[in-house]
Amino acid sequence: MPRSETEHRRWSYLIAGLLLIVLWQAISVLLNSIALPTPLTVFYAFIAGLKDDLLSHLLVSAARVGYGIVLALSLAVPLGLISYKKGADKIITPFIYLLYPIPHIVLLPLIILLFGIGDLSKVILIAIIVFFQILVTTRDAARNISTNYIYSLLSLGATDKDVYKHVVFPACLPKILTALRISIGTAIAVLFFVESFATRKGLGYLIMDSWSRMDYPDLYAAIVSMALLGFCLYVVLELVERKVCAWVYV
Amino acid sequence: MRFMIEAEGISKVYQDGTEALREVCFEVPEGESCSIIGPSGCGKTSLLFIFSGILKPTSGKALIEGKEVASPSREVALILQDYGLFPWKTVYENVSLGLELRGYGKKERQEIVLPLLDDLDLKDFANHYPKQLSGGMQQRVGFARALALNPEILVMDEPLSSLDALTRETLQNFLLALWKNKGLTMLLVTHNIEEAVFLGREIIVLSPRPGRVVKIVKNHNVGEVNYRNTEDFFDKCREVRQSIEDGAT
Repeated sequence: MPRSETEHRRWSYLIAGLLLIVLWQAISVLLNSIALPTPLTVFYAFIAGLKDDLLSHLLVSAARVGYGIVLALSLAVPLGLISYKKGADKIITPFIYLLYPIPHIVLLPLIILLFGIGDLSKVILIAIIVFFQILVTTRDAARNISTNYIYSLLSLGATDKDVYKHVVFPACLPKILTALRISIGTAIAVLFFVESFATRKGLGYLIMDSWSRMDYPDLYAAIVSMALLGFCLYVVLELVERKVCAWVYV
Repeated sequence: MRFMIEAEGISKVYQDGTEALREVCFEVPEGESCSIIGPSGCGKTSLLFIFSGILKPTSGKALIEGKEVASPSREVALILQDYGLFPWKTVYENVSLGLELRGYGKKERQEIVLPLLDDLDLKDFANHYPKQLSGGMQQRVGFARALALNPEILVMDEPLSSLDALTRETLQNFLLALWKNKGLTMLLVTHNIEEAVFLGREIIVLSPRPGRVVKIVKNHNVGEVNYRNTEDFFDKCREVRQSIEDGAT
């Protein structure tokens, strides 16, 4: 990417951020309620939080989301990729169609029963929800790979493994990364849900706790941290995509 | 005379009952070129896939150098119309892929691929992705990839059909030179009569599905770029056109 374009993007992020802060300030002044402190108050609370234990809550949350996404990816991607074979697709599709529309968040009691109330069940719930988003997208991408690519590769003497390595995986990768980006929003929402009970760690806990104490600056500091977590994951993904899917951007 | 490619009564019926080919017989001597022409859907592509070892015939035999084709072999290079190149790989990676799959080391691959890219005027584009190239250049990359394995037989499925007329003629000349200089045996499927006559020492005319051999037209004067402008060339084109029409009725 040309330098000027990168710079342009940086500026646009900065301007958007500033505009949002101005908007926040305006609404806060208009409402004149303790339930929406000004950005500056929240900023001070955020800094004070960092000196306290905000960072450790943030890291716990980041780990839960991270493990959840990695677990989902490692199961959904292989399962989605083998759908390029019509036989495998016929077996997988009915399961997807029957299981996908269920709001998986209602499986929480079952997951707690199976995996306890610790971190594992939190990670697994995030993973299940993200899993379906990635699986459905990957499968659609794999099914639409032109057979000509596969014939071309086979004629060069490729094995089944080579077909995955050189065609199926790289062909689906941009779609997988897009699915992942969409999933980050979902994963953070689920994170809040699973951290709102049975834990004393994580940003979700911090939000619920400050809320019950009516400590609004702390509440918003935790919300801002959650937003930052999502934003960082998003930026990392975009960098990864530009690196591994360079061919899409040329 | 040694036959490089032999079709012994090849029939192909797909699982859904579609009969693509019926009792197709022909042979191509070593170092000769042969065009296959026929209406669309006459099983031409199936025939090429059978010779490339990707498909198995329902009955009959496909022989390469007298041996029945069982799996893709490095003697036979397949070139497809579109999508033959992988958009996620650079020109260099595309061309060296066959060598990589056959277990060549990084250095060996470089020693083969770089001169080849140079030969085909692609050297400056080694790190480009296919979509950054024109259609004609993309197809040259396709040829380069096929040639990297140093095959004896080029099997091509309408390799030039998505190109504009001028680029197409340039690449026809290129193929002609390739055939003459490298002593390759060529099997070319095309739906373009002029192309079939310009490049094929023999022209096999197939009928509509199921594809049967309607006629084999001998075309001895093939081999010069100027052939395109001769009376004989136009006569052959007429003869082939007539055979296609005969086969369709």
